[in-house]
Amino acid sequence: MLTDRVLTGILRSGALLSALIMLLILCFLLLESWPALTGLPVAGFLTDPSWHPLESAYNLMPMLSATLLASIGAITLAVPLGIASALFIVFFAPSHLASLYKRLIELLAGIPSVVFGFWGLTVLVPLISEWQPPGASLLAAVLVLTLMILPMIAITAYTALAAVPDELLQNAAALGLSRWGTIAGVVLPAARAGITAGIILAAARALGETMAVLMVAGNVVQHPESLFDPVRTLAANIALEMAYAMGDHRSVLFVSGLLLMLLVMALSAMAGLLEKHRHV
Amino acid sequence: MNDDPDAFTLGPLQAGPPCCEPQPLIQVRNLTLHYDGKTALDNVSLDIYKGCITALIGPSGCGKTSFLSAINRMTDLIPCCGIDGRILVDNQDIHHRDCDVQALRRRIGMVFQKPAPFPLSIRRNIALPLNEHGVTQKKEVAAITETVLRDVGLWGEVCDRLDASALSLSGGQQQRLCIARALALNPEILLMDEPCSALDPIASGVVEDLICRLQGRYTIVIVTHNLAQARRIANYAAFFWVRERTGQLVEFGRCRHIFESPREALTAAYVNGARG
Repeated sequence: MLTDRVLTGILRSGALLSALIMLLILCFLLLESWPALTGLPVAGFLTDPSWHPLESAYNLMPMLSATLLASIGAITLAVPLGIASALFIVFFAPSHLASLYKRLIELLAGIPSVVFGFWGLTVLVPLISEWQPPGASLLAAVLVLTLMILPMIAITAYTALAAVPDELLQNAAALGLSRWGTIAGVVLPAARAGITAGIILAAARALGETMAVLMVAGNVVQHPESLFDPVRTLAANIALEMAYAMGDHRSVLFVSGLLLMLLVMALSAMAGLLEKHRHV
Repeated sequence: MNDDPDAFTLGPLQAGPPCCEPQPLIQVRNLTLHYDGKTALDNVSLDIYKGCITALIGPSGCGKTSFLSAINRMTDLIPCCGIDGRILVDNQDIHHRDCDVQALRRRIGMVFQKPAPFPLSIRRNIALPLNEHGVTQKKEVAAITETVLRDVGLWGEVCDRLDASALSLSGGQQQRLCIARALALNPEILLMDEPCSALDPIASGVVEDLICRLQGRYTIVIVTHNLAQARRIANYAAFFWVRERTGQLVEFGRCRHIFESPREALTAAYVNGARG
């Protein structure tokens, strides 16, 4: 059939194009970071005394640790909250409240990141500052990131929970399982793949989030010793310095971009592995 | 009368009905069931006898499944479903507010049309409801698991892969696992909603044989569209019919009577394939 072949062709080229764009971005990042990767000692990214690009000191580790800590903190807070919200909507809320609550969460997902940053800067940072100065800190970054990824986790978890077949719920009820027994024993295992996928997506977003974090984290390049220390993440660093960076400095910023991308790719590979090694 | 001390005498008669008399375990009285105000089942009264297989037959939409779900209060899960009349299980009104639904459903197992094992391992499928009902000792759970899997004839097929996913089993095996899962709670009553209709003929035969083996140990109520099957396995049969979208019980009696010498002309027409 001609139409069939045409359609297949269109779909194939669409898929190819998407894959190609992804590949091109990776090539571009590699190309731009090539001077730094070949011209500078790679070990320097780990061992240089600090991040002072003008003095050719390119230690990325403090920023990497800040990025990871902020993301891990946000995931730790957002995962239980998000899953609890989704469970509430699907199993506990009366239907009018459930739809209202769901609408609210969808709205939360639509708030631009700069608005979160703005709110963090004017409300959250002064609050933390009263308690533990200076306020702009890892904690502020964690909290703002939590708010940003919470709706994503809640919505994906909601979708996964709502997709659990009715038959399973019926069978669970017929076996005299309590509501909580049904949720813990049947529903969550059945929805695990969808919930995990949502968490991975959210983690990727947290790793790469730039603007809001930049506005509240304080942007001091250091290994944080407490939650109240100001930190600078890799993404914030790129945004802060891209405008004036030249030569090796510019190239090293691309290296940090590449690093972020590798982190996200590692996450998605991990998701694939988890899926493969699922117990059942 | 007899003074010889060695003479064999019978003790005094035990109170209670003689063992050959059918004993009603479930008594349904004037059960009327409606969804959103529309009557789905009108004024049904019948007795389900202990240890017997009772088949519910009749055309689609005549309220057989609704009747079945009312017995273990699965109808509670349907928001707009209302029930009038009484269902007594062992002389207890199950719609009374003191009735513990979870305990009731432990006593009354249910098997559905489409096998739906939980997306867990085979072992966990049986352990989960046991744990929920307070059986947590590993040894005990393992022993019950083996017993019920043997009861449904699945042990030989799965004993070396109990930790594999229950979803890796074939349709017939999944249905037998679901029956085993229900049996693990040691219920008195088993409700079966067309347990063979989603299975191929061979798997269906295996499940049918299994149901026959369970007769006597459990009180079984089975909905089936397969009249030949009802005739083969049931002791009692209840024939439902739908009139103006309302289900009614037309005739209830011994299976043989329903199929061979029904009182109602409608029953005769249905079981002979002339109607329905």
